[in-house]
Amino acid sequence: MTAAPARADERVARVGLARRLIVRPELGAVVGLVAVFAFFAAQSEVFRSPAGIANWLDPAATLGIMAVAVALLMIGGEFDLSAGVLTGTSGLILVTLATRYGFGVWPAMLAGLVVALAVGFANGLVVTRTKLPSFIVTLGTFLMLQGVNLGVTKAITGTVQVGGLRRAPGFDGASAVLAGTIQIGGTSFRVAILWWIAITALATWVLMRSRPGNWIFAVGGDEQAARAVGVPAARTKIALFMTTAVAAWLVGSILALRYTSVQANIGIGQEFIYIIAAVIGGCLLTGGYGSAVGASIGAVIFGMADKGIVFLGWDADWFKFFLGAMLLLATLANRMVRRYAEEVRR
Amino acid sequence: MILQTRDIGKTFGSVLALRGVSMGVAEGTVTCVLGDNGAGKSTLIKILSGVHQHDTGSYLVDGAEVRFSSPREALDRGIATVYQDLAMIPLMSVWRNFFLGSEPRKGPAFDVARARRVAAEELRAMGIDIRDVDQPVGTLSGGERQSVAIARAVHFGARVLILDEPTSALGVKQAGVVLRYIARARDRGLGVVFITHNPHHAYPVGDRFLLLNRGTSMGEYAKADLGKDELTALMAGGAELEELAHELRRE
Repeated sequence: MTAAPARADERVARVGLARRLIVRPELGAVVGLVAVFAFFAAQSEVFRSPAGIANWLDPAATLGIMAVAVALLMIGGEFDLSAGVLTGTSGLILVTLATRYGFGVWPAMLAGLVVALAVGFANGLVVTRTKLPSFIVTLGTFLMLQGVNLGVTKAITGTVQVGGLRRAPGFDGASAVLAGTIQIGGTSFRVAILWWIAITALATWVLMRSRPGNWIFAVGGDEQAARAVGVPAARTKIALFMTTAVAAWLVGSILALRYTSVQANIGIGQEFIYIIAAVIGGCLLTGGYGSAVGASIGAVIFGMADKGIVFLGWDADWFKFFLGAMLLLATLANRMVRRYAEEVRR
Repeated sequence: MILQTRDIGKTFGSVLALRGVSMGVAEGTVTCVLGDNGAGKSTLIKILSGVHQHDTGSYLVDGAEVRFSSPREALDRGIATVYQDLAMIPLMSVWRNFFLGSEPRKGPAFDVARARRVAAEELRAMGIDIRDVDQPVGTLSGGERQSVAIARAVHFGARVLILDEPTSALGVKQAGVVLRYIARARDRGLGVVFITHNPHHAYPVGDRFLLLNRGTSMGEYAKADLGKDELTALMAGGAELEELAHELRRE
């Protein structure tokens, strides 16, 4: 990644590959990935088989799409606690409109997208206008959406779920694009994995190679300074909240199409998992530092642990313990890596 | 004169922050604004840089009256301000900071290769010796950071450079480095407004000196009309300092 300076400075020692790697924000996540894979692969043959890989890449994909968007937002210095519930809201809008109000699946998805964008915009606008911590603002959105999801679903259906999406017009096409499977070497992988990889690639390009990417690092690092040199800080942040909302809509639609029904309480508690995956991927809680690839690796670690624990025949409750331990380790590793990075460069 | 104020004033509610200040800066010269804390230095530079608008008097750029509604507008007229504290983003690399807000484009993308190369070239042209443009700005010393900010303003076509206390937080040697870059910017034809409360930093590099005290001007002097000792005495309020010397003398 370093371009050779026009004239080498004698005070800059040739930076070795190991040192160049260690200053990357993803390093901690890569180490974790290798360790977790080795742990489960050593004990479970299914885990390391192609079918097993397809199995644990599936939860990694939907989590990864969200974790990447949340990582961008965190690098921009904000949180979104409403992202998890918004996946539910988007899914509920899709299924309700398509099964009860005669919408086709595509128009119903479009309606869900409009609502998601509006929620993201509202989050961003309130945060940038009031300067309140986004933690509080989106906690409010989280609770309101949670209430709306349950209240409206109950009012319309009398139960806490909507279903029957399979019969809606346009289901087959939408399902193939978002919730289908593809065959690679005789193993069927969920198509969501492709969406996740594409989104990770796009997010990485935006962060590292576009002007808005530079602004995202800047508003998260020091908003005042960024604004002083002409960065459109408020617009950047609002766009980030809307990006997170679009990701929530995409994941909500994928899940709704896959299961053809949506529970009104879906997504609650997921928002923290997105944040944890982003932190494992090297994002600082204080903003201004992190990576999209790292967040995706964080999501893979979760997918592995989620399914690996089942493969080993353990009680699924151990997943929560694993979650906490990973978060703590990752935060410590990030701090050490960053400190070392700054010393190396000095 | 590129930039000039005539009897400029600013009030915040009932507080008269600045009253009747006249000053100017010409191409290739350094105008130093000196004053103790609370003298109105910050208010003056915030008016010059477009953060605040003046209430009385007039502000002229190239002889025409202006009223900036944002720092961006001032920047578009070539008036760049380097603040003491909010100059750089510590976790971002030197080249990312250098082009922040004005990134060079290549199609839809940020032309990263060019940004790296130009940042390194511009820093070298100002005689600024940065080891590696990829290092985070947080690892630079205070003087180096100021220097990078100055080089950035020069690169983006600043005609007037407003420097807010660039030397106040620095050691003697570091301050000397920054003063050298001020002189170099002046030699490249820029007008420099140098805000400081240290006459020892102002005198060697300044061509004109504006002295502020409690929101009013104590006069604008050319270097020929003012010795260093006079400047120091004026700064400290002359008589007050002598009185203090008396007070502190051992019995």
